[in-house]
Amino acid sequence: MAKKRTVHVKVNGREREANVEPRTLLVHFIRDHLGLTGTHVGCDTSNCGACTIVLDGKNIKSCTMFAVQADGAELLTVEGLIQGGQWHPLQDGFKQEHGLQCGFCTPGMLMSSYALLQRNPQPTEEEIRWGISGNLCRCTGYQNIVKAVQFAVGKAAAGAAK
Amino acid sequence: MGHPIKRKEDARFIQGKGNYVDDVHLPGMVFGHMVRSPYAHARLKSINTEKAKKLPGVLAIITGEDLAKANLAWMPTLFFDKQMVLATGKVLFQSQEVAFVVAEDQYTAADAAELVEVEYEELPVLVDPHKATDPDAPILREDREEKSNHIFHWEVGDRAATDKDFQSAPVKATVHAISQRCHPAPLETCGCVADYNKATEKLTIYLTSQAPHAHRTLFSIVGGIPEQNIRVVSPDIGGGFGNKVPIYPGYVCAVVASLTLGVPVKWIETRSENLQSTGFARDYHMTAEIAADQNGKVKALRVKTLADHGAFNAAAQPTKFPAGLFSVCTGSYDFANSFCEVDGVYTNKAPGGIAYRCSFRITEAAYLIERAIDVLAAQLKMDPAEFRRKNFIQPDQFPYKTPLGWTYDSGNYEGALNKALEMVGYKELRKEQEEKRKKGELMGIGISSFTEAVGAGPAHTFDIAGIKMFDSAEIRVHPTGKAICRMGTKSQGQGHETTYAQIVAQELGIPAADVIIEEGDTDTAPYGLGTYASRSTPTSGAATAMAARKIRDKAKKIAAHLLECSEEDLEWQTGKFFVKGAPSKSKTIQEIAFAAYTNIPEGLEAGLEAVNYYDPPNLTFPFGTYICVTDIDKGTGEIKVRRFVAVDDCGNVINPMIVEGQIHGGLTEGLAIAFMQLIDYDESGNVQGGTFMDYLIPTAVETPHWETGSTCTPSPHHPFGAKGVGESPNVGSPAAFVNSVVDALSHLGVKHIDMPITPWKVWNILKEKGVVN
Repeated sequence: MAKKRTVHVKVNGREREANVEPRTLLVHFIRDHLGLTGTHVGCDTSNCGACTIVLDGKNIKSCTMFAVQADGAELLTVEGLIQGGQWHPLQDGFKQEHGLQCGFCTPGMLMSSYALLQRNPQPTEEEIRWGISGNLCRCTGYQNIVKAVQFAVGKAAAGAAK
Repeated sequence: MGHPIKRKEDARFIQGKGNYVDDVHLPGMVFGHMVRSPYAHARLKSINTEKAKKLPGVLAIITGEDLAKANLAWMPTLFFDKQMVLATGKVLFQSQEVAFVVAEDQYTAADAAELVEVEYEELPVLVDPHKATDPDAPILREDREEKSNHIFHWEVGDRAATDKDFQSAPVKATVHAISQRCHPAPLETCGCVADYNKATEKLTIYLTSQAPHAHRTLFSIVGGIPEQNIRVVSPDIGGGFGNKVPIYPGYVCAVVASLTLGVPVKWIETRSENLQSTGFARDYHMTAEIAADQNGKVKALRVKTLADHGAFNAAAQPTKFPAGLFSVCTGSYDFANSFCEVDGVYTNKAPGGIAYRCSFRITEAAYLIERAIDVLAAQLKMDPAEFRRKNFIQPDQFPYKTPLGWTYDSGNYEGALNKALEMVGYKELRKEQEEKRKKGELMGIGISSFTEAVGAGPAHTFDIAGIKMFDSAEIRVHPTGKAICRMGTKSQGQGHETTYAQIVAQELGIPAADVIIEEGDTDTAPYGLGTYASRSTPTSGAATAMAARKIRDKAKKIAAHLLECSEEDLEWQTGKFFVKGAPSKSKTIQEIAFAAYTNIPEGLEAGLEAVNYYDPPNLTFPFGTYICVTDIDKGTGEIKVRRFVAVDDCGNVINPMIVEGQIHGGLTEGLAIAFMQLIDYDESGNVQGGTFMDYLIPTAVETPHWETGSTCTPSPHHPFGAKGVGESPNVGSPAAFVNSVVDALSHLGVKHIDMPITPWKVWNILKEKGVVN
């Protein structure tokens, strides 16, 4: 076993650190060492996107990165979407538009959608579909996820208009 | 009922606070990892665990020989066969379980698994099910008395009458169709945490289980552990689709390891392990023949099928039905006679087959008949919609007894067809197709008018491993008028926490928001058979209504006491009893609930609770018509689903939002099966399609926009007229996709293409037909 390394991150606004083997995947660091189990593992080939988080503003698949590579980074996971007790508009959208069923892909979907809206606050349907194309869902057929993202876009626009 | 209320379960999932089995973390928990066979068929010469054991952090390594000492090297499957937990003697499929390594953390367990040295001697491999009974085929199962790879022959129907119809029929059509081997691949793989407490002798198993109660009983019977000492907890489940009905070797190994070590043992399979070793679906090689008269009226259906079960017959289906409900293959059509036979064989492939979003082989059946009907219509040069209309079972024929023994409860097939044709604009599309063909463009329209059979029991006909297929609900109304309900089913995303609460609201007038639904803990929920085969609404949904009605009966007695009148003077209006003719004199269910604990009439038991075990008198038979419009790129063979209209009839609907969500999801799985998914094996038995790199799941980009519609033909026997629905879109849609592509190419002489219809396949056909160079 290689010597453990200290990995320090800012996750959901909080400074956290843990000693891990250099080979520890970021997703395992988040789940097992930081105890944030909202980020899921659905495959072993980087296809499914259930482990998607936002790292320094970009959505990444946290199974495809070592924890040590994230040392010093700022992470946002699904647990950090809620702000001051208020759900993020995307979270409202997923509920209002029935954008989830089993819920297993949902955290990753939310984080990919979040990053998409950061890049492109007014995406077309096609842009939304491409924006979440790194995330697999077996339950919903995506249609209501698209609507959920559109709901958040609409809510943000309504908020801006006020 | 009938309201699209938002789901009660969503809040925790949206905040990342779901509790899936991999989220279960217990003090002192250790981790298991499976050593698997690289060979499809090989003799086990030796297993050397010395190096692995020396790795720091390794706690135990269990082999088949170790399990044999406890008589656990084999376990029964759910279908009169047995399966190796860990291999002894030889391995029979690639990725078969060979040894189980337990270590302090998951990385060490995986490292140690690499260090286990297994010596194999390769044996001849049997991959092609058609060669399974050849005289020179290797005999795979040395453990069986019968020295043959043939598992079963099953037949149903009137062979003589069917053959006679074929002899005299002026028109006959045949289709050979493969319902290919695929895998349900829920996004969460299978896994468990087995936690044996030596002090209390209690074994708790957190398990990805679609049937926690049945699993508890099987663990008790097979493992010899008293059933009261086993608690199965099925936590949040990340999709099941049939994958989580069987018991897998990893579960047994984790339990054995926990019993041995006295600490909690977690085993979570990887995606590749999931695809390569746990319950596959389908692998039916089918021939259907239809006999008809010159006017296109069908007379008889003859079906012959070869079923590839892999190394062990691990089908998860009722024991009276070796081929599940495949004999529903006469579909929506009025056949005078039919005969259906199925032969099952072993091959060197992963064991199964389970029902992938399907009521026990109904997807295979629906696909076959809807394909065969199209082939016959094309042969007679009749429009496939009109051809279906001509041959449908008519509304006045229900209850309708099929020639293969099913009694359909209710249906109006033409109603659903008409609605779908209208929604899609069928006539205009046919015109457009004609014009496009003149220009050399390829466009197809595919129809599927399927009938489903869901909601097993009844108990006299259906069981799993001998346990009858009823299901249950228990309702407890608290003094303040709120309630908790528990069921024997288990949601895997279907939204039970919402729909069951809506049933209680409908029946008792307690708002759905005031009702908590709990499933999956065998220590608290009443016994039931679980969720698969679209059975939750037909069984536990019915049980919920029946339990609520029992509560209403008792509430009436309490109301009479409170209102100082006789029960006969009372009338129920959702949520309250009132005195006939004096509606102001009433007691709400909440007031009655309070009285049930505070002001009980003499002679009446305190409390307001009821439990019901519901044995449905029949299956329910939802149906629908799906229409798929495709455009095919002549240059690349790429298929674009331009439109897809789905008209479903599942009787009375509890929550239309949830039903529509189920339809969207099932159609997307059907799309995957039709165009993408295949678990194939090369001639050495190496699995092709064993990871998400090559077993494809559609993304949001490939998935079309679904258009849904409905008709409503209530089930006459269900307490509130509902039918199951979750699987209809998966059962009905593959034929619509395939029929559409075949239709696009029919003028080139194409009559059938096997799934998955990839661009490569289509491009080759176009090349063969001289459409592309």
